[in-house]
Formats: sequence, C-alpha cells, structure tokens
Amino acid sequence: MFRDAGLVAGKDLRIELRSHVTMQQVFPFAVLVLILFGIALDPDRGFLGRASAGLFWVTVLFCALLAIQRAFTIESADGGRDALRLSGLDPAGIFLGKAAAIAVQLLAIEAVLAVGVVVMYGTEVTGVPLLVATIAAATAGLAAAGTLYGVLAAGLRVRETLLPILLLPVLSPVLIGATEAFEAALGGAATDGWPWLGLLVVFALLYLAFGTLAFGTLLEES
Amino acid sequence: MPAPPTTASPATRALGGLSLAGLALLLGYALWWSPPDIVQKDSVRIMYVHVPTAIIAFVACGITTLASAMWLRRRSEGWWVLGGAAAEVGLLFTGACLVTGSIWGRPTWGTYWDWDPRITSTTLLFILLVGYLALRRVDNESGIAAQRGMRAAIVGLLLMPNVMIVHYSVDWWRSLHQPATITRLDPTIDGEMLFTLMLGIVVFALLFAWLLVHRFRLGWLEERAHAGGLDAAIVERRAEADLAGRTV
Amino acid sequence: MGALAMTHVGYVAAGWAIPLAAIGLYAVRVVVRGRRLAEQVPPEERRWS
Repeated sequence: MFRDAGLVAGKDLRIELRSHVTMQQVFPFAVLVLILFGIALDPDRGFLGRASAGLFWVTVLFCALLAIQRAFTIESADGGRDALRLSGLDPAGIFLGKAAAIAVQLLAIEAVLAVGVVVMYGTEVTGVPLLVATIAAATAGLAAAGTLYGVLAAGLRVRETLLPILLLPVLSPVLIGATEAFEAALGGAATDGWPWLGLLVVFALLYLAFGTLAFGTLLEES
Repeated sequence: MPAPPTTASPATRALGGLSLAGLALLLGYALWWSPPDIVQKDSVRIMYVHVPTAIIAFVACGITTLASAMWLRRRSEGWWVLGGAAAEVGLLFTGACLVTGSIWGRPTWGTYWDWDPRITSTTLLFILLVGYLALRRVDNESGIAAQRGMRAAIVGLLLMPNVMIVHYSVDWWRSLHQPATITRLDPTIDGEMLFTLMLGIVVFALLFAWLLVHRFRLGWLEERAHAGGLDAAIVERRAEADLAGRTV
Repeated sequence: MGALAMTHVGYVAAGWAIPLAAIGLYAVRVVVRGRRLAEQVPPEERRWS
C-alpha cells in the first residue's frame, strides 16, 4: 500500500514539477488573497496583525480547493482515471498517494503564505513548536478530507461549484482548530493551543482512515 | 370506485390527523396557556418551535446517514429514496430552525445573529444538506440506478459524523469566546413550559414523520416513473431497430 | 389578558407563522406532486393504499 502510495504521489508531484500549475497559479492566488484582505480590512488599524491567524487559514482553505480540483483534473484528462483503476494499484495506496501529493503542495503554499503574513501583516512569530505541529496536523486533515471529497466531485460537470459547498463545511473544524492553535501560539499563550491540536489530529486520523477504507469502492464509480 | 392515485394511505391519514390535532393543542399551550418566561417574556414561545425543529434536523441527518449505510450494504432502491427524502424534509426543518432562532434572537439579544454555537453549527448543517441534495441531483442525471448512488451515499454516510464533529468544534470554539449568558434551554424550566416544550417535540416529530412518509412515497414514484421512462425508451428503440433492420 | 398584551407579539407571531407556513406549503407541494405521479405509475408499484 505504501509503495503504491509513493508511486502515485511521485507521479502527481512530477506532473506538478513539469507543469508548474501550483507554483505559477496557486501561489500568486494565495498572495493575491492576502492583498485583498489587506485592501478590505484597512492595514493601518492593526486588524491584520491581530487577525492574521484566521486570515492565514481561510486563505489556505481557498488554495486547498484549487489544489484539490487540480489533483483530480489531471486524472480526467486522457482517461487517467480508467488507467488508475486498471493499473492494479491498491486503492488505499492511491488515496494516500494523492493525499500526500496534495499535502506537499499545501505545505508549499502555506510556506508562501507564512512569509506573506509575516511581511504584509506584521505578525510576530512566537510559539513555533505549536505552529509547526498545527501546520502538520491541519494539512494532513485538509489533504485527507480534500482527497476524499475531491474524488466524489471529480468527473462531474459541476465540480467547481459543488466541491466548495461539499467540502468547506466539512473542513470548518480544521479552520476552527488551526486558527485557535495559531492564535494561542502567536499570542504567547501556547499552552491553550495544544488541545486544539488534538482536535486537528483526530480529524486527520478519521479522514485518513475513512479514505483508505472507502477509496476502493469510490474509484469504481465514475 | 377505485381510490384516486395518491401518496396517502390509511396510515398517513391517521398520522396526519393526529399531527393536526396535536398542533392545535400545541398552539393553545404555546401561545396562550403556558406562562411567559421571567427573563425572555413572551419571546420564549418561539422556543417551542425552534427547539423541536433543531432536534428533528439532527434526527433527519441521522436517518440519511443510516439510509446511506444501508444502501451501501444492500443497494436497494428504498434506502436510496429514504436518504433523499429525509435530507429534503430535514432541510425544511433546518431552515425553520434557523429562521425561528434568528427571530428569537432579536428581542432577546437585540440582534438577528449572535454567533451562538448552535445557530452557527446549524447553519453549517444546512449547507451540508444542500450539498448532499445537490450531489444526488447530479447523480440522477447519469442514469443507471446502482452506479449513480455511490457518491451521494458516501457523502450521506459521512453526513451525521460531520454534523457531530462540526457541532462539537463550534461549541468548544464559542464557549471560549462567549461570556456565560442565558442558555437557550434552561434545565430548571417551569412545569407548564416544560410540558409545552415536550408537546412541541412530539407534535413536530409527528409532522416530520407524516412529511417523510409522503416524501418517501413521492421519491419512490419518481424512481418508478424514471425507470418506466427508461424501459419505454428501450422498448421504443427496439421497435425502431426491428422496423429498420433485420439484424439483432 | 388579551393576545395583544403579549410582549414581542410581532416576533412571536412571525416565529410561528413562518415555519408553519413553510411546512404547510411544502406539504401541499409534496402531496400534489405525489398525486400527479401516482396517476402515471401503475397500481402494482403503489403498494400502500
């Protein structure tokens, strides 16, 4: 299963490295959203710094939607889905592989956003261990749930509008947990944040488990 | 003379009659006989709609999740129809819950929206249901019964777990940010108010059941009509082929 | 003790009228659609009445 996951993840990431879609399109989108928030929320009144945890994670969610849509668009071109189904790869491995590739891309996006938030919103970085742990757990959860719902919406003509309303309510606990943890870390009260990390870890484990079990049957269906 | 074709039956007529009688009794208690609250005054009367619809909304989600699980195991049409019927009627009750909660909020909090954890998570529940129903409709366009249900069934299966996770997260989140205030459901509630609340739950449950049975039967008929349409199309196609050629 | 002595009477009225109206309208819609479809489908498929 893990070997197959590695194969699928490697394939997806190689496609990205060759096409640069994430880097050329999603990274600028991420920075653009930060700027739009800045425009909308008056940079001179100090909101941005105080709100940076929430703004960061909302932007991550929007970028995740794009990354997930992308991850499944590359499959529908050239009958990639049929090829996946017939390849004999373990479906659980396919799930983990796709999720891993999405996670890697999300981490890259989050790195860009972190720099953006520090530079543009003047956020002071404290509580780094909690920040790092939160990013790891939240990204795992986003990637797992995103891959699951992404495959559900994939191949549908209305997927661009359907995926957001399917996925974003499901991800709201991740937004809540990640924002609270970040706020605790950035506000100097890191001990308050660790329970939220627990929520993120449970969420990630649940979706990783479910996705691993259900992906096989889902892949038949398209 | 044969009975007119309809989704009603002796059972639903009894259920419907009972619900209406119960509703009349409820209106009497809710709007007249039960006392106003000490703090909320008469706006507490809205709670007698709001709380039952909230409970029913959760129950409806549970039914959809159960129906989705059963469909995944047995693939029978009845479970498929039940999932959709429960979700649609559930959506109605969720909407009613949100509207009544908002209307209650105005005289009580001075505002139509106060980020109360239950209203916030109920709004997310509303959107979860909308998404599920939208996915079912997309599936319906692609035809063959056993295949199209899979996506919606997985989303339906995850519906109740999602509702619970979201509810728990939002509750925890808001409990940190909200000072202790009037809770929407006071456990030391006056006897007559408690009775009215319980009556409200029973009456709205009856209304829900009645609507669910009708909506289920309607969905069942839609499946039959759809299948009938497909069968008719196949018959027509064969007829055309027979006329057009001797092959086949 | 008339009804108008109720505080927030407008809110209470709206809080009851709106949900009941919505439920009622939905009920009518379901039953009417049910009747229409029931006519198209042969009685063997309608095993409840």
